[in-house]
Amino acid sequence: MSSTEFIQQLINGLSLGAFYALIALGYTMVYGVLRFINFAHGDVFMIGAFCGYYLSPRLLPHFTGWLTPLGPVTVLILTMLICALLGITIEKLAYRPLRSRPKLTVLITAIGVSLFLEYGGQFVFGADPKSFPQLIPDRALEGTGALTITTTQLAAFIVTIILLVALTLIVKRTRLGMAMRALSNNPTAAALMGVNVDTVISFTFGIGSALAGAGGILFALSYPSIDPLMGLLPGIKAFVAAVLGGIGNIPGAAVGGIILGVVETFVGASAFSTYRDAIAFSLLIVILLFRPAGIFGRVQPEKV
Amino acid sequence: MKPFIRYILVATAGLLALPAGAQDIVVGEFASLTGSEATFGVSSSNGVELAKEEINNAGGLLGGRKIKVIMEDDQSRPGQPSAAVKKLVANDKAIAIVGEIASSRSLEAAPICQNAKIPMVSPGSTNPSVTEKGDYIFRVCFIDPFQGTVMAKFALDNLHAKKIAILQDVKSDYSKGLAQFFREYFTSHGGQIVTDLSYTGGGTDKDFRAQLTKIKTGQPDAIFVPGYYTEAGLIAKQARSLGIKVALLGGDGWDSPKLTEIGGAALDGCYFSTHFSVQDKNAKVQDFVKKYQAKFHAVPDGMAPLGYDAMMILGQAINTAGSTDGTKIRDALASVKDYPGITGNITIDEKRNAKKAAVVLEVKGSKTNFFATVPP
Repeated sequence: MSSTEFIQQLINGLSLGAFYALIALGYTMVYGVLRFINFAHGDVFMIGAFCGYYLSPRLLPHFTGWLTPLGPVTVLILTMLICALLGITIEKLAYRPLRSRPKLTVLITAIGVSLFLEYGGQFVFGADPKSFPQLIPDRALEGTGALTITTTQLAAFIVTIILLVALTLIVKRTRLGMAMRALSNNPTAAALMGVNVDTVISFTFGIGSALAGAGGILFALSYPSIDPLMGLLPGIKAFVAAVLGGIGNIPGAAVGGIILGVVETFVGASAFSTYRDAIAFSLLIVILLFRPAGIFGRVQPEKV
Repeated sequence: MKPFIRYILVATAGLLALPAGAQDIVVGEFASLTGSEATFGVSSSNGVELAKEEINNAGGLLGGRKIKVIMEDDQSRPGQPSAAVKKLVANDKAIAIVGEIASSRSLEAAPICQNAKIPMVSPGSTNPSVTEKGDYIFRVCFIDPFQGTVMAKFALDNLHAKKIAILQDVKSDYSKGLAQFFREYFTSHGGQIVTDLSYTGGGTDKDFRAQLTKIKTGQPDAIFVPGYYTEAGLIAKQARSLGIKVALLGGDGWDSPKLTEIGGAALDGCYFSTHFSVQDKNAKVQDFVKKYQAKFHAVPDGMAPLGYDAMMILGQAINTAGSTDGTKIRDALASVKDYPGITGNITIDEKRNAKKAAVVLEVKGSKTNFFATVPP
């Protein structure tokens, strides 16, 4: 493998990993606060892509002249809002009534919500793949020599970094972020100290789902064929990325996503491209054997 | 198969052999009306519908009995075809089955039809093993050894390619077959396969940049992508964004209006082999195109006339057999010779495959143009 090819594959891997990272953040946030895996998360990602599909033709014609660049940004922000509302609604209707029940009950409900969104999506949007509109011109950037980076790859990367920084600031610097951390640390104590548990949980779901919605738009920009089952595989991979980075840990989710994307890309380019997912996942098992709590996770002794 | 299900299937076949009254003749069809290969199912079943209407308007079969087609959607997903065909055979008492385009799904249904002694006619499955499942399984299209060879020949003679990269769908029997026969012909005639990589189709893989970056370093003269249209469109797009300028070649799996909808200008100057071209001047073809457009308000792709031909040949065979008995229809199908179909003259050979010509189409400006006809 030449050095140019190596760097190109690294770029490919990073841009794929950015998507996994964006989705993994949602898994990790919910897990951090509620200690449960929201399996419907990948489907919120799908809804995000469809929001972009239906919003773009209605919104973009209104942005002409110097306003043109604001069009895609508006679509992105509206989609994130819609997905945040969807996430909050899902939590209110499906998970909140079960909060005092065993975790397994909520987990199975999450799978139910996931199936509901997938097949509801097939009913509403139709099951055939749709081609996603080109929100920004997709071309290779100039001046990168033999390497190619496309505008969509760059956009995905930049948006991921902005969202990651924003999320870190929210969690570390705001009162709500402090409440989230408190809840994650000890829910009962947090409630006793006056933290409004319901609001904080709604907020967590809202942010996580907004990130998934943004991920859906960016993913559809890069791979412009969308269908109601598109969230299934990225959802599973992002979940793995979150576990790899240490579930509940925000930088961990981002790093886990990037590692998964890069590993997948290098395996895909090797002679073993047929076994891409198998090899990528085997490698993850090996990493978890040595660090069972994930790369950034700490092993927490069970409280008695 | 469980003995119980086999018992039910055989029992149903026995019941069907009893003389029926002058009621409708039930033909079952399974197709991918939704999912990643949805346009295949929709087009081929439109073709079947058109043929059924023509037969019924001309007075039906076996002295006035109308054909009734019962349709099952298999969602382009593995596992669904067997469920669909079991239902068609056991519940709906279909006397023959039409389906599928994708070889993997035809392969799933074929043993069920074979065990029940119900003739199955595939409109467009080109993998050789489909009809090898048994003597009740037929097809009205050419097979992969022919299609793979056509594209290999085309790459050598028309594109003067010496080095080819292959990117195949590891999940599809069709794609693997095409790649294999392409490789055999191309390497035995002086060509070289510089890179041979795979991906997982059916909507699973969407990022092909890893494979394409690798392919680029091999500097091929063309890339053979024997997959289905959803992936082919995405592959073309990503190849162009990585600076790969050579032509992409494909098979009839590309033949869908969705191909250019997804791939856009990235597909300009790419070629694929298929069963028919709407630009064919043949009066029969033009007549079909006109009728199809009048009924469905769309230009037919290659799968529509295959569905039409499959239903027409089945209708003719039922009349020749003079009965709805599976074995008799099977014998009639096996003896079809020089049937003038929309997709060419069809002769069913001893392996129950159709011998006929292929056409090569060129993609240009989101349209496909007729490029060449390759005889069998």
